Amino acid sequence: MDPLESVKITFFQECDEHLATLEGDLLAMEESAGDREAIDAVFRAVHSIKGGAGAFGLEALVSFAHVFETALDHMREGRLAVTHEAVQIMLRANDILADHVEAAKSGADADAAAAAAMMAELNALSPGEGGEAGGDDALDAGGTAPDELGFVPLKMDIADIGGDDTASDPAADDADWVVTFAPHARLYATANDALILLRELTRLGESDVSLDASALPGLDEIDPEGAYLSWTVRLLASCTEDDIREVFDFVDGDCTLTLERATGDGQGAGGSGDAADELPPADELGFRPVQIAIGEDDAITSPVAESDATPASAEPAASAAPQAASPPPTAKPAASPAASATIRVDLDRVDKLIDLVGELVINQAMLAQRVSETVIANDSNVSMGLDELEQLTREIQDSVMAIRAQPVRIVFQRMSRVARECASATGKQVRLVTEGEGTEVDKTVIERLSEPITHMLRNAVDHGLESPERRAEVGKPAEGVVRLSARHQSGRIVIDVADDGGGINRERVFNSAVEKGLVSADATLTDDEIDNLIMMPGFSTAQEVSNISGRGVGMDVVKRSIQELGGRLSISSEPGVGTTFSLSLPLTLAVLDGMVVSAGGQTLVAPLTSIVETLQPKADAVRRIGPNRTVLAVRGAHVPLVDVGVAMGWRTEPLPATEGVAILVDSEVHGEAALLVDGIQGQRQVVIKSLEANYQHVDCIAAATILGDGRVALIIDVESTIGSNLRGATPAEAKELLAAAG
Amino acid sequence: MSLSILTVDDSRMMREMLLLALSEQGFVVTQAEDGVEGLEKLNSASFDVIITDINMPRLDGFGFIEGVRADEKHRATPILVLSTEGDVEKKTRAKTAGATGWIVKPFNAEKLVSAIRRVSA
Amino acid sequence: MNETTTSSLDESRELITFRMSDQEFCVDIMAVREIRGWTQTTPLPQSPQYVMGVINLRGAVLPVVDLSRRLGLGPTEPKARHVIIVVNIGTRLVGLLVDGVSDILTVTDESVQPTPQVACDVVDSFVKGIVTLEGRMISWILLDEILPEPKEAAA
Repeated sequence: MDPLESVKITFFQECDEHLATLEGDLLAMEESAGDREAIDAVFRAVHSIKGGAGAFGLEALVSFAHVFETALDHMREGRLAVTHEAVQIMLRANDILADHVEAAKSGADADAAAAAAMMAELNALSPGEGGEAGGDDALDAGGTAPDELGFVPLKMDIADIGGDDTASDPAADDADWVVTFAPHARLYATANDALILLRELTRLGESDVSLDASALPGLDEIDPEGAYLSWTVRLLASCTEDDIREVFDFVDGDCTLTLERATGDGQGAGGSGDAADELPPADELGFRPVQIAIGEDDAITSPVAESDATPASAEPAASAAPQAASPPPTAKPAASPAASATIRVDLDRVDKLIDLVGELVINQAMLAQRVSETVIANDSNVSMGLDELEQLTREIQDSVMAIRAQPVRIVFQRMSRVARECASATGKQVRLVTEGEGTEVDKTVIERLSEPITHMLRNAVDHGLESPERRAEVGKPAEGVVRLSARHQSGRIVIDVADDGGGINRERVFNSAVEKGLVSADATLTDDEIDNLIMMPGFSTAQEVSNISGRGVGMDVVKRSIQELGGRLSISSEPGVGTTFSLSLPLTLAVLDGMVVSAGGQTLVAPLTSIVETLQPKADAVRRIGPNRTVLAVRGAHVPLVDVGVAMGWRTEPLPATEGVAILVDSEVHGEAALLVDGIQGQRQVVIKSLEANYQHVDCIAAATILGDGRVALIIDVESTIGSNLRGATPAEAKELLAAAG
Repeated sequence: MSLSILTVDDSRMMREMLLLALSEQGFVVTQAEDGVEGLEKLNSASFDVIITDINMPRLDGFGFIEGVRADEKHRATPILVLSTEGDVEKKTRAKTAGATGWIVKPFNAEKLVSAIRRVSA
Repeated sequence: MNETTTSSLDESRELITFRMSDQEFCVDIMAVREIRGWTQTTPLPQSPQYVMGVINLRGAVLPVVDLSRRLGLGPTEPKARHVIIVVNIGTRLVGLLVDGVSDILTVTDESVQPTPQVACDVVDSFVKGIVTLEGRMISWILLDEILPEPKEAAA
């Protein structure tokens, strides 16, 4: 790859990292009431994005970032107060900055109008100077100014200075340059070196250098940090003033420098030992004096002289000084050294490691199985060794998985924008409160969290919260609160989206469900059951579907996508107080605790999380409904009994229920149900393998794994397996099955 | 001439960019992520030239330069400041702290190398 | 359908040939990852009959297609002598069950002719062209369409 391309990739990675933390930092800035550290962090992030964008010529991004940065700089310098309003504007500016980065990534153009509007808002924040910080300034900071290397560019017109008579003399342009250069002590203190400067100067062309050591005091008077020498250099006319000035760019102000054109015969420059501070009058020496810059600290360094008689040893003048000229650093270099105790590792390497550990787990299981099939299994040493290997394998696996664990903060951070945009689209006021951002889950889960949480959040703002007017009526503050929280709970991650809105209007939900034929009008449902109707396929309270929470996506789809990840979505609501959606997911999508079962001659894995219990169906507990469907009586209730072999299409005739084992599972959509399998082989952790990677999604199957015998076993998708049983049912059967499930 | 150069910048991208430009010239590059790490590197090694950013966490460029100059053995090491900051006040501050020269971003490899040549013996 | 049927003329290619139902077929060797012996597959529910199931290919789950059945030439009764040609189709790895690999041919594009219209429909849609070589007629299989159409966002 083009090395520059890879730097660009790094740039965008870094942008993403900055953008991911910017939002939180902006909020922290407000919370800490303008704490300098917090503002600095925000400033640095925006500044860094701007800097990189400049390197890649991303003009639009540079301009926008610059205006943003300018406003932040005002805050940093205390010229702009860190108010709630200002931070709100910056949060939106952050959104637009993110848009710009995205646009730059794909080579597209960001929304110029939105950017312009935001730049105007940001500019308006700046004290006094309303719209000034725009284009011109951006260019400057973008570095296209001519003095990329220099300190202060001084545009000087020679003609203006020299006076009318000589200025118009065209012959002057052909004359040699005479440069007098008298370093101040300060020049050496910045590790500049008169000799190097002279070397660079003489590189410009044929030259003649003479040293003036006349200011050198006696040895006993020499200040080791002093500067006593000066030089006069005569240069061929061919080089330009800019060339010469560039050489002295860095020492501007730290030396006395004169730059002159020699007249006619050019003899004036020679060994003139007089190149001190006082510039000779032009007519006297025949030069046109041009003083490029005079150091502000001339006074303290005079007399101008050099500490050492020989130019060759001029360099160590500063380094030989016994005392530190500069004060020690005021910041604390030792601060938090532990902060750097992390390394950055390419994700591919971690994933490779995880794959390999997955193989190790499988191989260990295969080994264990083979050993158990042989006689030596009885050898306690061998089986003890195998146990230890298993233990170790498991620990390695856990440790490796932990490498990929990431805090949900990454996802939560994006949600403020979602809430903000949704609020402004619905005319509501929302405050998003996040808790437990540090809760860690595997990267595979993190990646899949964003979408369902976005929908849940939109739903909460759009449907959960009341309008500000309605809130005023019931005595709530106009600003609604949505609480987004994460926690670990019994080996899973639980994420709540809770609003303080009006709660679910159960009457309306029930009526709507009846209208859609989802429940019969005379059904008596508990509050919970009504609430759950919201997440039923086919349910969406039509009059409420807006393009915010909607986009045509109902909560049933959210629920479905969560279930596909082995997760659950539940709901609780209290009228007038609010609604909470809870989403629970396994901590990783890379391994799964499963029950290995056989059905229809195949080996399958049922996810342990959905299993309630297993039982041996008794003949009198099994009841047939219609020709093909069966329910099982469990603790007084009837649940659908689904023959897994039939559901998978591996046999047409269901196994007589009493000959198999029923696995009672807790299904989200269909309530409790029982899966009928031929037998249970055991429980174990399995490594999840994607079917989609080389094939495609398969009904009734969640994923695949590889078992101890090296063969692929399919992992049952409990929801769709039960669903498949219901799908073919006649309405009467479905009703009865649903009723049984209920 | 193979110069040893310390680059101090909190941006990974900028560090990579510097590495690319400098190693192309045959310079030997050591990287630090901020002023603190920069000073740590200088504890155990010396460099021909130091290139530093200004805006960095933990210890910014000004503090870093002061720290370098406070150490006897690095008093004469040229320090080039690489920053987007263009204003006079910041340059003056950097200079007061002991910076040798200043390079304004955006990054231009040619200018950078020329600046390095101009401050290194 | 976006096969590179109009590749440059003078390019020579290597093709792996194999037999099925007394006919010869081939695939571009560039698409072939490896050739392995037959192993018992794990059948997939709700899948077309020509999808025999999946096998473990060093930790990856690999679908195996009964190529003969896919081309409408009748199902294969897999035995130990059968082989699975593992091929790249886009980003996917897919196993093709065939009777056995015959040889490797080097052909130029001139020796490839368009599929004659007389061929039966099913085969036609999978054959990219006919390689004629020393009196042999070898059908060059187009791999793109071998897998079933993915079901729409299986809701």
